[in-house]
Amino acid sequence: MARIDLVDLAQSYHGNDADIESFALKPVTMTWRQGGAYALLGPSGCGKTTLLNLISGILTPSRGKILFDGTDITHRTTRERNIAQVFQFPVIYDTMTVGENLAFPLKNRGVPKAEIDKRVAEIARLLDLTPDLNRKATRLTADAKQKISLGRGLVRSDVAAVLFDEPLTVIDPELKWQLRSKLKALHRELDLTMIYVTHDQTEALTFADTVVVMHDGRVVQSGTPAELFDKPAHTFVGYFIGSPGMNILAAEVKGREARIAGHTLSLARSYDALPAGAKIEIGVRPEFVDVAEPGPGLLDANIERVDDLGRIRFARVRVGDVKFAARLPAGVSPQGSAIGLKFNPAYVHVYADSRLVEGA
Amino acid sequence: MDKTINNKAWFLVLPVFLLVAFSAILPLMTVVNYSMQDTFGNNQFFWNGVGWFKELLDPSTDLGGRFLASLGRNLIFSLAILAIEVPLGIVVALSMPRDGWTVAFCLVVLALPLLIPWNVVGTIWQIFGRPDIGLLGYTLTSMGIDYNYVSNDLDAWATVIVMDVWHWTSLVALLCYAGLKSIPDAYYQAAQIDGASRWAVFTAIQLPKMHRVLLIAVLLRFMDSFMIYTEPFVVTGGGPGNSTTFISIELVKIALGQFDLGKAAALSLVYNLIILIVCWVFYTIMTNAGAERRPAEGGA
Repeated sequence: MARIDLVDLAQSYHGNDADIESFALKPVTMTWRQGGAYALLGPSGCGKTTLLNLISGILTPSRGKILFDGTDITHRTTRERNIAQVFQFPVIYDTMTVGENLAFPLKNRGVPKAEIDKRVAEIARLLDLTPDLNRKATRLTADAKQKISLGRGLVRSDVAAVLFDEPLTVIDPELKWQLRSKLKALHRELDLTMIYVTHDQTEALTFADTVVVMHDGRVVQSGTPAELFDKPAHTFVGYFIGSPGMNILAAEVKGREARIAGHTLSLARSYDALPAGAKIEIGVRPEFVDVAEPGPGLLDANIERVDDLGRIRFARVRVGDVKFAARLPAGVSPQGSAIGLKFNPAYVHVYADSRLVEGA
Repeated sequence: MDKTINNKAWFLVLPVFLLVAFSAILPLMTVVNYSMQDTFGNNQFFWNGVGWFKELLDPSTDLGGRFLASLGRNLIFSLAILAIEVPLGIVVALSMPRDGWTVAFCLVVLALPLLIPWNVVGTIWQIFGRPDIGLLGYTLTSMGIDYNYVSNDLDAWATVIVMDVWHWTSLVALLCYAGLKSIPDAYYQAAQIDGASRWAVFTAIQLPKMHRVLLIAVLLRFMDSFMIYTEPFVVTGGGPGNSTTFISIELVKIALGQFDLGKAAALSLVYNLIILIVCWVFYTIMTNAGAERRPAEGGA
């Protein structure tokens, strides 16, 4: 049980003196509160596994500190930290039964036999592994093995946080849902801090109450799924989360107006103090742009293709040279390719050098 | 599915049959033929039936006594070198670096003894152990240790065993190293998180994962050491007395020294049979060990 603070934490695989841009994890300061369900989301190579390994102590940071409940544990070994970690591929001790696998972390720490038996029985019950306790662990399916890996983390009563490194990669889609809801249930029942690394936004958004998005070694935004969706702090977040991703368009913004490809768009807020020389873009999710019949006040566009996702339809449109995705509301079936676009100004965001600018 | 009948295919296999016949079956049959007869030179042969085989298994006869004694020596030798080389090979493999340029360096150094021809190995150790000019023999003698592999049974055995360990531990080490390298990092990381001690990591992860390569190593080393001839022949010539006379050395003495082709043929057939049986036992154990794992791998 612990709050985890990262203070100016950074990791370089090319030595401490290397250029900061080459760091696998650029300096980050953040807090993981006790009992939170976090997802660490980002594309491959963005530094999320590095961050995870720093917290668990598999890596020693090049810079910065890690605090558990205010205690500096930066230089403690993995053994001495109360961390459990589940890896991408199930790790099973071949020669042992399921029960022995679960007991292994406790045995290593010299816990008395009676206590071990009690904990193992309890964890096996939570994970539905009780019938398999006396079977050889190697004979089980991949998802059962992954449950054992997880169980080995949970079996210790002193665990401060459980870290998951893309744990469902090797699991069948059908079982993924089951295991994920199992994790959610465990999280509620055990009041543990859980940090879940993934590059799959569905996994991240369904598992976590706070999603931390990483990009190129930086934490670009951390917030609830709704915050990430409604107000991405970085164009990368807008683009990476959502399907299709956010429309990012180069624009000229002056006061309450944005000009894209020769058309003017009114904004909900006023942007007077934009940094000079920065690359200005506007971002709007396809969900907040509706296709309509061409008309006054609407942005003229040409429709190119319609993607029918079943419950919702998205139109791929073109404004001048700029490609765009927009929602095709039920009942609208445009004649010909010329259409108009109706924006919801509250959800049109302005970005300077990829970062969100708050309007006044 | 209908089976296509095409007898022409047999012609394609024929060259292999012929080759195997000339290289294996015909020579083997010659040996079988000799093993049933006795010869007194002048290319004269007399029928002896299974007489040689009976004598071979009867310790009261000269032939049987020599065979069983050398068989015992072979078994002791094989067990001794396995008991040393396998643990030593594991230790060497465990202490090798996992990455960096030192890996290549270690691999080359380890491979060196494996590249030296058997008789050269024998010669090296024969000179190395000599008390007058050999580095090892001279050092031991000057330290006051009475070491002489020519006259002392124990010294001769020690020399032959140390020589084999020097020559072949690398093989075990290289096999184990390959097994160790195939263990994903996640296992070690998980073990760290589970708080496993160095010994627990060894018994719970490394040893089980090396299990297959270890079986191969034991099989190879057993077969090779059971058939050993050149090195002890060069170093001790089977002596002092008969103390390091292994089956192969005995065989050559009987066949080429005494020219007792019948006895030698019977002996080599039995020798061959023992090796075949041991081979089969190992093979069965290994395939069974593989079958035990298969369902689990299918699941993953």
